[in-house]
Amino acid sequence: MNETQALRTNGTPPLLKGYAPRPGTADELIDADGRMRPVWDGFVSALGALSKQEIEALFARGTNYLRDAGVYFRQYSNDPAPERDWPFSHVPVIIHEQEWFSICDGLAQRADLLERVMADLYGPAELVKGGHLPAELVARNPRWLRPMVGITPASGHFLHVVAFEISRNPDGTWFVLGDRTQAPSGAGFALENRMATARTFQDPFPRANIHRLAGFFRAFRAALDGLSGAAGKRAAILTPGPGNDTYFEHTYIARYLGMMLLEGEDMIVHDGQLKVRTVEGLEPLGALWRRLDSEFADPLELDESSYLGTPGLVQALRLGTLSMVNALGAGVLEMRAIQAFLPRISEVLTGQPLKLPNIATWWCGTEKERAHVRGHTAEMMIGEALASDLPFELGATTAQGGGFRSSAQPSIDAWIEEEGGNLVAQELVTLSTTPAWENGRLVPRPMTVRVTAARTATGWTFMPGGYARIGSSDDLSALAMQRGGTVADVWIMGDAPVAAESMLGHSSALAPRTGTLPARAAENLYWLGRYVERFEGAVRLLRAYHLRLAETGDRKDPRLVQLAKYMSGFGIKTDEAIPAALTNLLSSARNCAGKVRDRFSIDGWNALSDLALSLDTIRGTTFPGDAAAHEMGVLLRKVTGFSGLVQENMYRSIGWSFLAFGRALERADGLSSVLATFCEADQPQGGLDIALELGDAVMTHRQRYPIDASTGTVTDLLALDPNNPRAILFQLKEMLELSRMLPGSSAPGRPTALTRAVLPIETRLLTAEPGTLRRKNFTRLREDLANLSNLLSTLYLR
Amino acid sequence: MRYDVKLQIEYEYAGTSDHARNLLHLLPAEIPDRQRIAASLLTVDPVPQERRDLFDFYGNLMTFIAFHEPIDRISLTLSARAERLLQPPGLEISPPLTALAREIGEVRRLDGTAPHHFIGPTPRVSPDPAMTAFARAQVTPDMPTLEAVRALGRALHGEMSFDPDATEVDTPASEAFAARHGVCQDFSHIMIACLRALGIPAGYVSGFLRTIPPEGEDRLEGADAMHAWVRAWCGADVGWVEFDPTNDMPAGMDHITVAVGRDYSDVAPVKGVIRTAGEQDTSHSVDVIPLPAA
Repeated sequence: MNETQALRTNGTPPLLKGYAPRPGTADELIDADGRMRPVWDGFVSALGALSKQEIEALFARGTNYLRDAGVYFRQYSNDPAPERDWPFSHVPVIIHEQEWFSICDGLAQRADLLERVMADLYGPAELVKGGHLPAELVARNPRWLRPMVGITPASGHFLHVVAFEISRNPDGTWFVLGDRTQAPSGAGFALENRMATARTFQDPFPRANIHRLAGFFRAFRAALDGLSGAAGKRAAILTPGPGNDTYFEHTYIARYLGMMLLEGEDMIVHDGQLKVRTVEGLEPLGALWRRLDSEFADPLELDESSYLGTPGLVQALRLGTLSMVNALGAGVLEMRAIQAFLPRISEVLTGQPLKLPNIATWWCGTEKERAHVRGHTAEMMIGEALASDLPFELGATTAQGGGFRSSAQPSIDAWIEEEGGNLVAQELVTLSTTPAWENGRLVPRPMTVRVTAARTATGWTFMPGGYARIGSSDDLSALAMQRGGTVADVWIMGDAPVAAESMLGHSSALAPRTGTLPARAAENLYWLGRYVERFEGAVRLLRAYHLRLAETGDRKDPRLVQLAKYMSGFGIKTDEAIPAALTNLLSSARNCAGKVRDRFSIDGWNALSDLALSLDTIRGTTFPGDAAAHEMGVLLRKVTGFSGLVQENMYRSIGWSFLAFGRALERADGLSSVLATFCEADQPQGGLDIALELGDAVMTHRQRYPIDASTGTVTDLLALDPNNPRAILFQLKEMLELSRMLPGSSAPGRPTALTRAVLPIETRLLTAEPGTLRRKNFTRLREDLANLSNLLSTLYLR
Repeated sequence: MRYDVKLQIEYEYAGTSDHARNLLHLLPAEIPDRQRIAASLLTVDPVPQERRDLFDFYGNLMTFIAFHEPIDRISLTLSARAERLLQPPGLEISPPLTALAREIGEVRRLDGTAPHHFIGPTPRVSPDPAMTAFARAQVTPDMPTLEAVRALGRALHGEMSFDPDATEVDTPASEAFAARHGVCQDFSHIMIACLRALGIPAGYVSGFLRTIPPEGEDRLEGADAMHAWVRAWCGADVGWVEFDPTNDMPAGMDHITVAVGRDYSDVAPVKGVIRTAGEQDTSHSVDVIPLPAA
């Protein structure tokens, strides 16, 4: 108290000069009396000691962290590259723990209330019978799922993770703008926000008193493990896949918690039990943390047009063999109109008023409410009653402050009368403001805080802070990220240092988790290995072509004709310097990598993105011949960089084995094809040189053989030399080694079916007479490799 | 009236699959005072590894089947003996259209028979301005609901022509209406859209029609395959009334009900696809033979 008074008498710190919250608006930094809230003291004095340049250098650290970590969200648009950098606002929102605890107390009551409403809507429907909730709001809501009616959740609870969007009233009290029960997002982004502020605000910023986030995740992970029930059943995360706007968060959380990230097609229902298809066969799942909207989870009983679901999932829930986080159908609680009834429902069900009020809401289904709304349109926003949008997510058919957002609408009164029960009106709220850094100074911007709660054995546990939305202007709709809003960390600050903890530091987290590899992930890793290698082969071919074109300037040169003919067999055209086939191969590789981002290093992904960017840049600006050959050299170095990352940095998991197997098989196949074509006597002169160049063995050949290249020396070096890392035999040895790491051995020490299939091929090469291999041998080898690929698919990938 | 019903559906798959799961709405259910099922048997060939019968939200019988071995065809055979009961003449006093909304609002229930499920848009029936305009032109605001249902059904039957080859199973109702042709599924979806446009709760009924008409009467359209018609909620006193727009008649002694729902998506006879892609061929035949009076 003394400090704040001192601050007042000494005048405003320079950092806060000109920081003026709007009258009639609460502010997080400045209280109603114009004094800085004490909880900000340490932060403001540390920041105030820095120059503007120093502050911006600090903020750049946070931005760099987020960019290097690859944090993005997906903007829904027609833009072909809709991934956007995470829009981070560097100044955290700081809330004192006493205030936070009372918020959480109110939200725990609300979470329990939502659980009871959910249980009623999927059970006896007493709220409807008692007239506390209109039947039509439930029956017309597409997120109320009829097949789920009467199904009691295996865990005994419908809701396990709930998020709330809250803000502060002008009078300083807190209120709820909306509840997220379907598949709340934000927890993973909160972790990244915290990582970014940790990088930004190091000494001398006082951070010991900030509550850590890790404890929340450890408790939630333990709760999920508890839900998965009987021993041997696992918990996993269900995602809609890379097309979702928060897919980054799904991959991040899966990695952070060490859980499998699954899509609907990864699973089947077998004898009433949900199972994941892994490379080791079907394995039962006991709990699913669902990040996929309920409607899409089962095309058999729910939305039949869904490609994202698993047929029979509802049946597994009906039989009680699976816990769902949250129960299917929980999205019904998100409809705007329910806010109009929750205060009364709280009194009816619990005898208690809501500790934390929600946004004032009027459902336009009765004449009395319509009359009230018509009389107050200037202070309201009016929109779809059943929409699950938050109040600041305004659609085209929303009226706000007495006017429509889009102009082509009739009068509001007529609209309310015509649409009636389809509409809901909500108070046009004034959100509190919090400091944001804009143009070199702090300015007050509207904010909401997202609070996430998880159910544990001992009740609701809350993630302490981590996520706030900051508006880019005073307009409410500017809070939405899709409309320029940003996101800030939220610090819950105590008066004394809090115990340090993280997922890693905890003893139970030290035991490594045994990894189970979903078959689809294995398939994508295998094909990633093949496509990248195929891409590299194509680049080498194009370089060989354009080097010779630069040399002769004559496309009719027999070697050029031969190379062009060979490449056209693979769909690679030579009339363009950068043919479309090259882009397509890289897209295929990235497509595979994009589906396994939870199992794939961020550096590896960035290396692939970098390749794609390079390719994009040189397309259309590079001429055939010397320039093209040069660019191919650059691409080769980059793709080798990617392979180096995979080889040097990727953990030797089963997943890596599939990737490496794909690469080795593709390399063996590519080289067999080259040798079958360019080493025959019917080839134009220079064919052997081409083969050596494609096999990256020009120098080696010169060193190993004192004579000119002959079919014998070239095939020996490229096919049979066990010390040449590009030779075919070397690939087969690698595949043999990898096949032994894969599951499927009938008994310990016994070879797998894949090993038994690789062995004879390897042996044949090992025992081949040097200098005798000809086209027919290589053609047969290619057939054997194709069969090997099919066998691998049959054994592991379905 | 008692009938022997026989239904045969065959699916052939171009590619075999390792897993298949289907949801069937084929078994007719008992309906108090309306329909009795003396016996019914649904045979699935090959025999599925999993099979389970359950009642759905609306009280229909549904059958889950699953195969965990490769199959290249499925054959479904239903044999049932069903009795359609003569209904006592019901109340003819239904509220005028203007008063229906209030009666609906007074129903505080969420079970499968509540009218609330049958008003808003559903997966296969969305509001369409052309159908709404057509519906409004057939009625007056003070017309009793029951009369409005019949007037609309009659008008639709006059407007539309029955054409088994004009539409597919997933043709939208608005498209079939624009072309003024279709099969029983289209007639039913169009009538449902029109009824809902008038504020009348309306749903879809799947079932069978007697194959050979009584002597001296015309054969009804839609008797060669599973049939569909419409039910409309005509106020708290009258309740649900069934009407067959394809044949412009109330659904009566010649109609055997299999399942009711909001639209086709709730009662599709066979749901679920085989995991692997490939062309699939189907055939479908129905026989409904009246039995001599006992």
